[in-house]
Amino acid sequence: MQPILEIRNLQAGVEGRHILKGISLTIQPGEIHAVMGPNGSGKSTLAAVLAGREGYDIVSGEVRYLGQDLLELDPEERARAGLFLAFQYPVEIPGVNSTYFLKAALNEIRKHRGLSEMDAIEFLGFVKDKIKLLELNEDLLKRPVNVGFSGGEKKRNEIFQMAVLEPRLAVLDETDSGLDIDALRVVSNGVNKLRSPQNAALVITHYQRLLNYIVPDFVHVLMDGRIVRSGGKELALELEERGYDWIAREQRLAA
Amino acid sequence: MSASNQSLPTHPAVSDERPTPEFCFSVWEQALRERSEPKWVYPLRKAGLARFAELGYPTLQHEDWRFTNVEGIASRPFRPALTPAGATLTPGELDQLVFARLGGDRLVFVDGHFSPALSHFGPKPGGVELTSLGAALKNGGATLQASLARQSRVATNAFTALNDAFFTDGACIVVPPDTVVPEPVRLVFVGSAGGGQGRSAHLRNLILVGAHAQVTVLETYVSFGGTAMLTNTVTELEAGEGAVVEHLRFQDESEDAFHLGALYATIGRLANVVTHSFALGSQLSRQSLHTVLDGEGLEATLNGLYLTTGNRLADHHMVVEHAKPHCASHEYFNGILAGKSRGVFHGRILVRPNAQKTDAKQTNKNILLSPTATVNTKPQLEIYADDVKCTHGATIGQLNPESVFYLRARGIPLETARRMLIHAFAGEIIDRVRCTPIRQELDQLVWDRLEADEHVHVGARK
Repeated sequence: MQPILEIRNLQAGVEGRHILKGISLTIQPGEIHAVMGPNGSGKSTLAAVLAGREGYDIVSGEVRYLGQDLLELDPEERARAGLFLAFQYPVEIPGVNSTYFLKAALNEIRKHRGLSEMDAIEFLGFVKDKIKLLELNEDLLKRPVNVGFSGGEKKRNEIFQMAVLEPRLAVLDETDSGLDIDALRVVSNGVNKLRSPQNAALVITHYQRLLNYIVPDFVHVLMDGRIVRSGGKELALELEERGYDWIAREQRLAA
Repeated sequence: MSASNQSLPTHPAVSDERPTPEFCFSVWEQALRERSEPKWVYPLRKAGLARFAELGYPTLQHEDWRFTNVEGIASRPFRPALTPAGATLTPGELDQLVFARLGGDRLVFVDGHFSPALSHFGPKPGGVELTSLGAALKNGGATLQASLARQSRVATNAFTALNDAFFTDGACIVVPPDTVVPEPVRLVFVGSAGGGQGRSAHLRNLILVGAHAQVTVLETYVSFGGTAMLTNTVTELEAGEGAVVEHLRFQDESEDAFHLGALYATIGRLANVVTHSFALGSQLSRQSLHTVLDGEGLEATLNGLYLTTGNRLADHHMVVEHAKPHCASHEYFNGILAGKSRGVFHGRILVRPNAQKTDAKQTNKNILLSPTATVNTKPQLEIYADDVKCTHGATIGQLNPESVFYLRARGIPLETARRMLIHAFAGEIIDRVRCTPIRQELDQLVWDRLEADEHVHVGARK
């Protein structure tokens, strides 16, 4: 089977700082991978490089997404090819109506998939259940993108967009940060509902808490720009118990 | 220069090409004999001429004109268009222009002169007067005497002084108390291509809105290219107690035109007045807005959008004068600038000593779409009362890269993303237009203009 994502020895930085120092990771269809690590370990840089945020320099290495060179693609081309980034800090965009925005996005992706474009009525029918899934109010579709949303609403809105756009690979960048337990449950429920044997997800988080709800197949520990340990979901529990220092110490001993 | 060159120096015939205002006025006096203006108008005109002689054309040394050089106007032979040019504009051509499909009354002026053939009047509530100013003056008009030039003659704007002296025509709108004019009144000012080089149109509108009356007035300025015309327009607005007024000025003249607009508004107690300026055209435009908040508890909104390209300059100069307590004023001006174009914003808020509990807010936001576009923005707060809330804020920048990335990360192409954001920025202003058909047409028009212009495409990677 063709992997969804293959990262080989990726080294990247921003503003002259070398942040990712050689990352390799392969994600197969149906898998959920968690990348955990302390602040400053390079988690968000990984998400940014995968989504194609400007300003990041690729020093070396390769990222293949469904067999094609991901780093060659513009952010919008990545999205159309089925890559989705749930933002850590979703941007407020005054004046851009949520329905207009999301329908435009969906139709770009549908065009790419050879499907017909949806008109406004079809679109509203299509998103109705997905709004309920995230326990969001339908009013949000009439509001400008993320404007006046609470922190929790913004994160739920990200997962709602994901439910609408139906990505092959979802990258969740600290989607749990700033969420109370109820919102965490709703967001996780949304992500779990979207799990399928064809799709995959990369869940980036600082805390193990989220992984109680979104159970990963693999857990990778990112420290100082490198994956220093990989394991099953029990690794996350071990980290929760013993903290990151324990791995850092082992690293120093090994060196 | 060679001494053998026998030809006379080719000095431009300044005396012929650039008639002095005094010379123009002597010609104008002859034309005025043909018009049956009441006797009290002539002294106003003379006083305007005298005030202009005193003020002269503003220069960059003048604080209110620091960033707007009117040398291009001062050095050109702008002869007031004293008589109709006999321009051949058909109703069909007029219908090609913006806002043609709206219902209601339409008064059309070509090169400063009223065109009855192009205008149409529908049924109106009783007592509403809607005529050309020329016709209103012919009928005597004691109301006019109290209001015409009441605000303009104390202004220190040289172009307003010129307008006092030379105004040919304009609209006169009188809405009696407790009367609602349901349809927007459209005033269309056309600069014709047939007027010849260097003509100037001096327009004067008078809008008198009685207590608890309601009206929407849309002034549209367009011109056909090919000649460097000058439009110098002054509107005097008086809104009575509890009046509700929406006033719009839409300026879309050709790129060789010069446009000077002034609005003088006096607003009464508990009234609600909103005035919009949409500046899309002309090579140089300046809107001077002076509002006097002259009764307690009123609300005034000044709202504006300027879109500039090429070498155009759009200037908005405002004085919001809080003369009475408990008034609210809001100024919102957004600019979208491309090419080497320039935007100027000067917002002065003046709070008189007794105007306690004033709530004044001013914002001026600008998006520069090219590295060569510039904006000069200046707030000026003069507060003589001690219990007031005054805020101001100005921003100048590019499209927010975070917003652009967010849209692209959802599959939206870069150009569409930029267009959505620029449109949204313009939409903040357009959305404040209350009259729905006008708002919808403006929205479409600005959108089309943004699409057609280099605005959206400048800076796009591909």
